[in-house]
Amino acid sequence: MVFLGKKPAQAGMIKSGLGKFEMGDIADIAAGRLSAEDLSKNFDDMYPALGASKAIIEASRCYFCYDAPCMEACPTGIDIPNFIRKIQTGNYRGSALDILSENIMGGACSRVCPTEILCEEVCVRMSQEEKPVTIGKLQRFATDWLMETGEQPFERAASTGKTVAVVGAGPAGLSAAHRLSMLGHDVEIFEALAKSGGLNEYGIAAYKLPHGIAQQEVDFILSLGGITVHNGKALGSNVSLAELNAKFDAVFVGTGLGAVRALGFENEGLAGVYNAVEYIAELRQSETKEDIAVGRKVVVIGGGNTAIDVAVQAKRLGAEDVTLVYRRGPEDMSATHHEQEYAQTNGVTIKHYAKPVSIEESGGVISGITFEYTAKDASGKLVGTGETFQQAANMVFKAIGQVFVPEPVTRSATSLEIQDGRIVVDEDRASSVPGVYAGGDCILGGEDLTVTAVQDGKLAAHAIDTYLKTAQA
Amino acid sequence: MADLSYDFVGIKTPNPFWLASAPPTDKEYNVVRAFEAGWGGVVWKTLGEDPPVVNVSSRYGGINFNGQRMAGLNNIELITDRPLDINLEEITRVKKAWPDRAIIVSLMVPCEEEPWRYILGRVAETGADGVELNFGCPHGMSERGMGAAVGQVPEYVEMVTAWCKKHSDMSVIVKLTPNITDVRLSARAAVRGGADAVSLINTINSIVNIDLDIMAPTPTVDGKGAHGGYCGPAVKPIALNMVAEIARDPECQNIPMSGIGGISDWRDAAEFMALGCGTVQVCTAAMHHGFKIVDDMKTGLSNWMDSKGYKTIDDFRGLASTNVTDWNKLNMNYDVKALIDQDKCIKCGLCHIACEDTSHQAITAERFEGERKYEVIDEECVGCNLCQLICPVDECITMVEVENDKPYMNWNQDPRNPYSNPAE
Repeated sequence: MVFLGKKPAQAGMIKSGLGKFEMGDIADIAAGRLSAEDLSKNFDDMYPALGASKAIIEASRCYFCYDAPCMEACPTGIDIPNFIRKIQTGNYRGSALDILSENIMGGACSRVCPTEILCEEVCVRMSQEEKPVTIGKLQRFATDWLMETGEQPFERAASTGKTVAVVGAGPAGLSAAHRLSMLGHDVEIFEALAKSGGLNEYGIAAYKLPHGIAQQEVDFILSLGGITVHNGKALGSNVSLAELNAKFDAVFVGTGLGAVRALGFENEGLAGVYNAVEYIAELRQSETKEDIAVGRKVVVIGGGNTAIDVAVQAKRLGAEDVTLVYRRGPEDMSATHHEQEYAQTNGVTIKHYAKPVSIEESGGVISGITFEYTAKDASGKLVGTGETFQQAANMVFKAIGQVFVPEPVTRSATSLEIQDGRIVVDEDRASSVPGVYAGGDCILGGEDLTVTAVQDGKLAAHAIDTYLKTAQA
Repeated sequence: MADLSYDFVGIKTPNPFWLASAPPTDKEYNVVRAFEAGWGGVVWKTLGEDPPVVNVSSRYGGINFNGQRMAGLNNIELITDRPLDINLEEITRVKKAWPDRAIIVSLMVPCEEEPWRYILGRVAETGADGVELNFGCPHGMSERGMGAAVGQVPEYVEMVTAWCKKHSDMSVIVKLTPNITDVRLSARAAVRGGADAVSLINTINSIVNIDLDIMAPTPTVDGKGAHGGYCGPAVKPIALNMVAEIARDPECQNIPMSGIGGISDWRDAAEFMALGCGTVQVCTAAMHHGFKIVDDMKTGLSNWMDSKGYKTIDDFRGLASTNVTDWNKLNMNYDVKALIDQDKCIKCGLCHIACEDTSHQAITAERFEGERKYEVIDEECVGCNLCQLICPVDECITMVEVENDKPYMNWNQDPRNPYSNPAE
């Protein structure tokens, strides 16, 4: 990962990449605040799975709408009424196939999708009784059922003899790879990190994807065959886009975002100040969470899902006070209302309309943050009010967004067009260079959602297929 | 407050809700619990000759619908499997303890005069209010020449009914089987035999499910299944039609009726009464929820009668039967069109797809600035009601009468009918 701003150097900070935390020498940051039993409970599944009888009752609430609004709201276009009807009739395999044929990561998406702003928000039951069919939970029921069978229900078409390189084994890359392989192409994935799965493996709160689900899904996708994954191969350092473009018949870039935004303070590298993204990645790789240190008083700066995820997880690790501070109002947060409420019911205090102005230190470690109150002026522009307050903290998480690092796709002989810091693609996810496609968070218009990344990969795979069968015929 | 008491062919009952002859009325214990819960009467589970029959294990099968249990129930139980003396002792005891409640005893013996004479005499000693002749049981007993085997032959119905009237002073109710082509034939036979009343319907021949793993019907007895008697909410429409057929048949001479068939609540009961029934009999709903349901039946019926100004059951009994007619008497000039209340519409689109795929292509599916809109094309709408029936929102789709000045004209008078007789 690349850090913007000052690279942290003090003890207690993450070392390069995803190394172990060393925090023993920082006051009030400690691992093992809770018993192993409590930790295991706190990081277990956030919602229980629906049993068959509950699933059938819930499925019977679906009206099987014509031109169903939920289907339109799903970025991958899953035929939701159809898969729900199949749950009701006990045709679980048919149901799972309806989901997975449009969204090969339907299992992860059923757990991490913000359904409250997608399919469930537009469920016609909302108009009728403000209680949508719980589409996400039903999707999980069907996909879990298929996963448990161990079956790979998809088959590869006859080999085309074409090869495609996929950069990044996250949702976009894996989705593209699976579909390309189904279409008969041989795929090689180049992944910078040790494990595949991308944000599902490293970036999402542990209780959303517990029990190794992310890796199970990776294994499920790869079990189709025709896909080789090279882990530890980062674009730009171990392999260049030009090389891939020369060696393969087509390339798909799904690298995600490579860097986190900095606050821009001189002492940002102070012991006790962390990037939320890296902390979550570390936490995700810990089996028991007993080795993950957390402060007694924690402050999170930011208003997105990463901010919520780190705040709730800090609380669940045993932090005494967790305060999430966001410079604007609740309606401006990119974390959904549902996510905000989830954090609050987990004991996280959310403060709106305050921005950090300085990090306070004492004895070489952080002691707090000074915030300035903000307000919107008549034009809607955010301005400081001049009044400040100090929030005591011995651990601060920066979660103010991630950015794409364009160098790996612009510095080799194969250079992609970049706009507003992201890769420009057309509706087929084709980049400015013929034969090179991109999707997921790294493209312009990328939505920071697993489900849109999966859709990008799927669309790109079909476009690549067409490209390989026509342009190069 | 409405008076729910009723005098049904001389049988006095504090309310019109009786438990039908079935497992819930098989013995004293159940019947006492039913009376404690407030049921007006019971038809004691069918008595037969000794030695009593023997029942199999695995007796009921159910139909679930959309997550709801037992929309329909079928059973392969036979008549009582307890000795006649025990049943008679219990009937005597219960009637003595509950003199205000109606106790009718269901009977089924071979199709010979002597067994009927004998058992009628024994029942008369119990103080029971009447007998119901079980001519309907479709399984087990019919293979032995009883139950539906009698009910399906009008001559036998008439003959046995006449024997019962000859050998007993008790009120005789003939229970009719629906497993026939025209229920009026058996009802007329009962009338000719001198029956005081008929009760209907008995259960319908059925196989409720096939277990696809063992490839056998349910209920399954050691890998095999037999057809059983179907009842519960699913059979109500069949029962209502048969009740209406008898109600409007001149040859049935307004014979009193006790309605049976899927009655689960006060509204179902009121519907049977509106077609002419004086009492109703319940089984499946009680087997599903217990005897307490009678509380809603009594208070619901009473409250509804109050709201309509009906003081007694006879005030509204049969009012709907005069509006049951033959198709060729319906007014061809009557015209309704569906109207969708756009404020209530939740945009499920079911009205559109049902009309588009299966009916008259009379409901559009449009988008206006992304918003879904479903609208009726009046010129195409034939007023079939399908959209109204499937719309999940109450009163969102209404069928609105189109005013016209055309007079009543039935099919026999309709010039579009090649065999019409406009002068008729």
